[in-house]
Amino acid sequence: MMMRLLVVLGFVLASGAQAADSMRMAVTTSFHNSGLADVLLPEIEADLDLEVQLLVVGTGQALRLGRAGDVDAILVHSRAAEEAFVADGFATHRREIMYNDFVVIGPAADPAGVADASSAAEALSRIAAAEARFVSRGDDSGTHKKEVSLWESAGGVPAAGWYNEVGAGMGAALNTAVGLGGYILSDRASWLNFGNKGDLSLLYAGDPVLFNQYAYLAVNPEVHGHVKAELSAKLEEWLASTRAGELIDSYQLAGETLFVFNAVTKE
Amino acid sequence: MVDLWQGLSQAFWLVVTLDAELAEIALRSLSVTLTALALGCVIAMPLAALLAVRRFRWRRSVIAVLNALMGLPPVVVGLVVYVMLSRSGPFGVFGLLFTPTAMIIAQMIVIVPLMASIAHQSLRELWAEYHDLLISMNVTQSQKVRTLLWDARRALLTAALAGFGRGIGEVGAIMIVGGNIDHVTRVLTTAIALETGKGEFALALALGFVLIALTILVNLLIHWLGQTEREGRW
Amino acid sequence: MSGLFPLSVTGAATRRRGKRLVGPVDFDWDGQGTQVVLGPNGSGKTTLLRLLHGIARLHEGEISWACGTAAARNAQAFVFQRPVMLRRTVGENLAYPLTLRGVARAEARGLAEGWADRVGLAEMIDRPASVLSGGEQQKLAIARALIVEPELVFLDEPSASLDGRATREIEAILSDAVEGGTRVVLATHDMGQARRLASRVVFMLHGRVHETGPAHRFFDAPETAEARAFLKGDIVE
Repeated sequence: MMMRLLVVLGFVLASGAQAADSMRMAVTTSFHNSGLADVLLPEIEADLDLEVQLLVVGTGQALRLGRAGDVDAILVHSRAAEEAFVADGFATHRREIMYNDFVVIGPAADPAGVADASSAAEALSRIAAAEARFVSRGDDSGTHKKEVSLWESAGGVPAAGWYNEVGAGMGAALNTAVGLGGYILSDRASWLNFGNKGDLSLLYAGDPVLFNQYAYLAVNPEVHGHVKAELSAKLEEWLASTRAGELIDSYQLAGETLFVFNAVTKE
Repeated sequence: MVDLWQGLSQAFWLVVTLDAELAEIALRSLSVTLTALALGCVIAMPLAALLAVRRFRWRRSVIAVLNALMGLPPVVVGLVVYVMLSRSGPFGVFGLLFTPTAMIIAQMIVIVPLMASIAHQSLRELWAEYHDLLISMNVTQSQKVRTLLWDARRALLTAALAGFGRGIGEVGAIMIVGGNIDHVTRVLTTAIALETGKGEFALALALGFVLIALTILVNLLIHWLGQTEREGRW
Repeated sequence: MSGLFPLSVTGAATRRRGKRLVGPVDFDWDGQGTQVVLGPNGSGKTTLLRLLHGIARLHEGEISWACGTAAARNAQAFVFQRPVMLRRTVGENLAYPLTLRGVARAEARGLAEGWADRVGLAEMIDRPASVLSGGEQQKLAIARALIVEPELVFLDEPSASLDGRATREIEAILSDAVEGGTRVVLATHDMGQARRLASRVVFMLHGRVHETGPAHRFFDAPETAEARAFLKGDIVE
């Protein structure tokens, strides 16, 4: 019985390791929800013979995994935290790869009237003025940090009954917003890919402050000797290559382009 | 309600068409939990028997702690195992984090107290019944333990099934230590959490129904095996 | 095979919550014949047997078997008032003490079949012991005690809750064992049983050994007033 179990387990373990090399990368939920990974990973495997195992977590946890050396690289979108990560020596540098954007989602009827706001800050001010229900990620993720900075430029983070911090990932927060009929800040990809939209719709987008820069950080082998520095360097070059750029720029979801490639290529 | 029906029909089609990805995830769920169960039984059952037959100073405290640990929150187990197995942790050198092995360890920690507690309840009753006879026969400690484990095997099966149920349905711990990596550590429960997060309720429900069906199937199978073995006996 | 005797008991006593439950007890036994421990309910018969067998805690005094305490229990078997049945079949119950002693499975099964036959349980050998009647369970318990050929077997009120027929069957099994050289210590409050089986009597009262002696002398000419009263069927408190 026990032997058989171990054999089965062996198969399961073996089936996960088809490529010659494998490395672990922590990515944010919003990146994974975009579906871009499903396009890029097979190409990476084909070009580099490298299997990239994705750990889909919040930005905070991704940075934490990188600091502990439990992943070889991270792909996140929270500039201040990334710079701290580099400053603390856990990565030698951060490499900007691409950006997408955040959008304001709300009930189609738009009781707060954010659709014709002139800026993201004004959109939030109107929600506050109308005291319309708002769902905040509240999980210290990149999206949450962006939302907090927007509220600060709109006159401070609310502390009222209509402001709901759910402390959950993007999908769970969107589910909550649908249930409450509230407003929420989401990345465009998560929203387009979200399967339970209810009567919510995309109300506001386009302010440059809503741009969401993704950066790649390879964990510094001088801090964590066991990380696969060679592989993560190879992956970095691939992600910043023109070939990756074409794939990223041409990726569409529901007929919309999601990402803009902006890495500085060395080729 | 619409989601529920969609989920049911989707589950049906996933199973009928033998969806490769589903099969892989379900098989991994089974192998992780069954391995954790097998190893967990090896620890929990003799421990329960020893607690029943041995008198030592901290026995009552150990039993009380064990009973309390039955309700151990898996998320906490996950965090502790994560910290232990992390590259920065004491067992980091083994590189076990985000592997099925890490998931097995976490699940064992979750189910061992549960199984040991349930097993101990029935072994204690059996020991009260057997005590005088076995003492009179001058049995050794290990003969005592073996006799109790063998004669209480039906009750121990119940304990093991409880452990299986808790293990296969557990998500908090294995999400943290396994990482839900596609094709490596994704199992039914973490896939359900993922699909729920994507708002794909129908698919999440479909996976949930598959999980429930799998649990029932394993229970029936084990009961049936136990039945044939004991046909017309105890 | 006389490793146990002589037995010498001096000042043996056991206490519960500081109170003497039984004792002090003094007597010697050279190992001849069948000892019947006789006395009213609550006089300490069970505790005395358990003390002798070494499964009750001895607080005072000494119980010494010729071969030493540890070896003694292996040469003895004990049949409890309420038979303890292992949750196994009749055959497995009989084989259990043999397998504990390292007897091979097949050989143990053969001996079990023989004993099942002797105590009239041959047809039940593969049935769970739990389905047996009270009398059958007690016969099984006695067979399980005798199967290891102990030098001495203790029986604590083995027929206390049985009807006449089961009692006679049990007594027949015991008589066979005694003829085969097994020593018996039997606790009972049943005068008739004592008269049928005893060669020596230990009469207990209030936790003390009140009178001992050969069975014929005890029954014909008891020395104490209490023994006389007990034999007459009066309630002895």
